[in-house]
Amino acid sequence: MIWIIISAVLGVVMITMSVVAIHHKKITIAILSAGGVSLIASILYLLLAAPDVALTEAAIGSGLTTFIFFYVLNKIKKHKHVEE
Amino acid sequence: MLRNSLILILILGLAAIMLSIFVDYTPKEKLGPVAEHYANNGKEEVGAANLVTAVVVTYRGLDTLGEVSILFLSAAIIGFFLKIRNEEHSKNQIVIRYSEILGTGAKILVPIIILLGAYVFINGHLTPGGGFQGGAIIASAFVLMLIALPRPALNHRVLSIIESFSGLSYVIIGLLGVFLAAGFLDNQIMSLGTFGTILSAGAVPVIYILIGLKVGTELTGIIGNLKEIQNEE
Repeated sequence: MIWIIISAVLGVVMITMSVVAIHHKKITIAILSAGGVSLIASILYLLLAAPDVALTEAAIGSGLTTFIFFYVLNKIKKHKHVEE
Repeated sequence: MLRNSLILILILGLAAIMLSIFVDYTPKEKLGPVAEHYANNGKEEVGAANLVTAVVVTYRGLDTLGEVSILFLSAAIIGFFLKIRNEEHSKNQIVIRYSEILGTGAKILVPIIILLGAYVFINGHLTPGGGFQGGAIIASAFVLMLIALPRPALNHRVLSIIESFSGLSYVIIGLLGVFLAAGFLDNQIMSLGTFGTILSAGAVPVIYILIGLKVGTELTGIIGNLKEIQNEE
């Protein structure tokens, strides 16, 4: 029972974070909360007894993807600056 | 207004479909026939303590080879489209101040994270994890190094040599399975060993070490390429 409650709370947090990721005006915060969605997804995978998937999701989804997004965002901002 | 109401109708329709699936859902009491075969015979046929690894590397080995090729293709496309200049051409590099705390922490943490990644892919047939996970952990260690140290030099030649070597060896091991054992990517080209020890499950540890090296170097290469274009105008 306690695990169901924990999963439900995590699910609600996850949905909130994904809404933030879509609607927030600051792109940095949107990227960070998209990474947070992946982090909570990996915890949920662990609760569902899939540690292999959880490892992949934590390392790639919330680690590398966030960094790639930041690098690309930085590059795009610089290009905008040059064009202006 | 029309657009918003269309979106609302779409969401309600999806919700209705999901609700009907949710109401009809009954948890499965038994495994399906394929899963049952894997669960019952995996120990004798593959010898891997981690059944997920047995399925991923041996029973569905061809899918894993496909995934590795997709990752290779995307790394190649990123390298192809980013215009990376040579060191001597990039004059106006911006020197960013790096935090001393982050740099010192990274010097301690990077070797430990790389060790963890190597542990995850060497023990892929015994504990959760495997080549992809271990490779991603190693790549995240290199990300930490790239953001924390002032001028880390990634040697792309070494990275691509390791990557090509491991990819080629993976396919060669798969082909050896055709000649020495039952089929492509069969793990019984080496002896199965004692169940549950590090030298067990035939060729599975070797394949996972190769996949780990390949994924690690590929992801590091992608991040390194993205980092190198940051300092140009």
